[in-house]
Amino acid sequence: MKLITHNMLTSKCLKGVMTGYPLAINATDIKVTEVDFNPEFITRVIPKLDWEVLWAAANSIGHGEGLPKTLEPKYEENEDLLKKLHRVLLEVEVEEGNLTCPESGRQFPISKGIPNMLLTEAEVQ
Amino acid sequence: MWRRYLMWFAHEHLDFRHAEMQSIISLFNIPVKFIEQPSIRKPYWIVELPSEDYVKKIASRSVLVKNCIELWSTAKTESQLHANLKNSLKNSTGTWVTGENGQGDASDTHLCPKELIEACCSPKNSFKIEVETFCKHYTLKEKVQKIESFEYLPLEGPVKLNKPDITLAYLEFYGDDPNNVPEQPYDLFFGKWIVDGQRDLIQYHSLKKRHFIGNTSMDAQLSLLMANQAQVKTGDIVLDPFVGSGSLLVSAAHFGAYVWGSDIDFMMLHGRTRPSRVGQKMRAKEESVRGNMRQYKTESSYLDVLVSDFSLPLWKQGFKFDAIITDPPYGVREPTEKIGIERDNYKLSEQHLVNHIPAKVEYGLQQLYGDLLNFAATHLEVGRRLVCWYPLVREEYQEDQLPSHPCLSLVANSEQVLSKLTARRLLTYEKVRDDGTGQTLETNGGSHNFREKYFAMGEMTRRERKERKSEEMAAYALYKMAAKRDVT
Repeated sequence: MKLITHNMLTSKCLKGVMTGYPLAINATDIKVTEVDFNPEFITRVIPKLDWEVLWAAANSIGHGEGLPKTLEPKYEENEDLLKKLHRVLLEVEVEEGNLTCPESGRQFPISKGIPNMLLTEAEVQ
Repeated sequence: MWRRYLMWFAHEHLDFRHAEMQSIISLFNIPVKFIEQPSIRKPYWIVELPSEDYVKKIASRSVLVKNCIELWSTAKTESQLHANLKNSLKNSTGTWVTGENGQGDASDTHLCPKELIEACCSPKNSFKIEVETFCKHYTLKEKVQKIESFEYLPLEGPVKLNKPDITLAYLEFYGDDPNNVPEQPYDLFFGKWIVDGQRDLIQYHSLKKRHFIGNTSMDAQLSLLMANQAQVKTGDIVLDPFVGSGSLLVSAAHFGAYVWGSDIDFMMLHGRTRPSRVGQKMRAKEESVRGNMRQYKTESSYLDVLVSDFSLPLWKQGFKFDAIITDPPYGVREPTEKIGIERDNYKLSEQHLVNHIPAKVEYGLQQLYGDLLNFAATHLEVGRRLVCWYPLVREEYQEDQLPSHPCLSLVANSEQVLSKLTARRLLTYEKVRDDGTGQTLETNGGSHNFREKYFAMGEMTRRERKERKSEEMAAYALYKMAAKRDVT
């Protein structure tokens, strides 16, 4: 699971959970793969991100180095920032671990890089 | 100067041709003048475009266009075609000259400006002439004869059959009815080949060579068509909420989109379902949606796949995709399911929780399409598209019974016939506005219960077949008895 995915995910599927965001990451295996850098895409994605959540998530798995806590304007001209973001959003991946719902504490496992957001039949009744 | 082009189409998926072309034309905002009204019975369009770049843009996306020809001459008879071409060589007005009758259509006395032809005549340009016929076959010898008939063209360059500088094309159209081919062609065309469409991609993306496929993987041509319908372009964010083996993501990524997929089937996303390929005993280790993207060198566009139940919310509020492309299960070859259980007050004990596989209940098509349209209405950028298949029994098809939503407008609807009785339609919705109220709007998920009807229909034909067979047996027995009596 990449951090760009984490930034968009919620546990709203659970009954009684209002926002279910952000999910806490507990990673036991992290992998970094190289991905082609596309500054236009990163620039387009920035407005869709919750910056604080990204910053906290990156730091929680030890890849937040160099990422500013707040986003400065004119980020599209700052190539260093875009490169750093590219790495954090697309190259760092949680292979094994858990996502935890901030409201209920329910855990969703991540195995082989794929989060399993399924509930049990008991939870959807 | 506007130029006139002949766009020659592959003669398949006819119902998709107009939809695909419209999507591409509006994607690139291309001004098109129709010289002749397109007809589904003709495998070509005659159009005028402001420049060659535009025709190349269309061809860079279309999987139904075979090739595009810069039109020099068109006529209803062979002699007229040659007469036009000869007269065109004298046409120094710099524009197309309409014939004496001055009709605005593709009348067969139009003359192209001579500059078009002269631009190809330099001794430095090697060339070849290709002959193509629609609905008729010519031997090589006959084709050479046809080529010889253009000897009056002032082409000074050498003939080169392999990768010439200029390819000229001569096309004859004998109608679309192979059982009733006329002696002489209805329409003839001559011009300069400009560019091929994306037919080669169909082979390149063929499921036969794809690493990871499932039972209902979408065929390469239709996947590419869907990406075109969705107007996918570089840097777009695309979601397939019923991703399966990821065929639709493969083609979206081919056109430069970044892709997310989700599916309820854990085993599928982990590449652990039984192999779909004949003769394959086990799934290979690298079989996955990601593996497919790696195969086509678009792994950089892969975001993630998630195991999730589409009937429940997953994505954060306000997050919007540029396109949603999907092929939901129809309940026939893949089940329509969501997590659930029929029993009340069902509880799971702690010890069973580890590695528990949740039970599933029927997720009716009507509910599924209602959810899908609602999802698109909230999670799609305004002006962007949802493209999905919708299965139905052909004779019960009514356009006003298709799924609908007040924020989505149905912009294309093409039928692919699956059997004598069933079909599926590729529906393209464009999001026309945001639902500002935050209330759930009246959504119509369609009223078609495909699964039920499909199997009821199957039952009927099975019974009919049985009855017919027993009748035949009885008749045969009677005949035998009669024959015996005659002998004795």
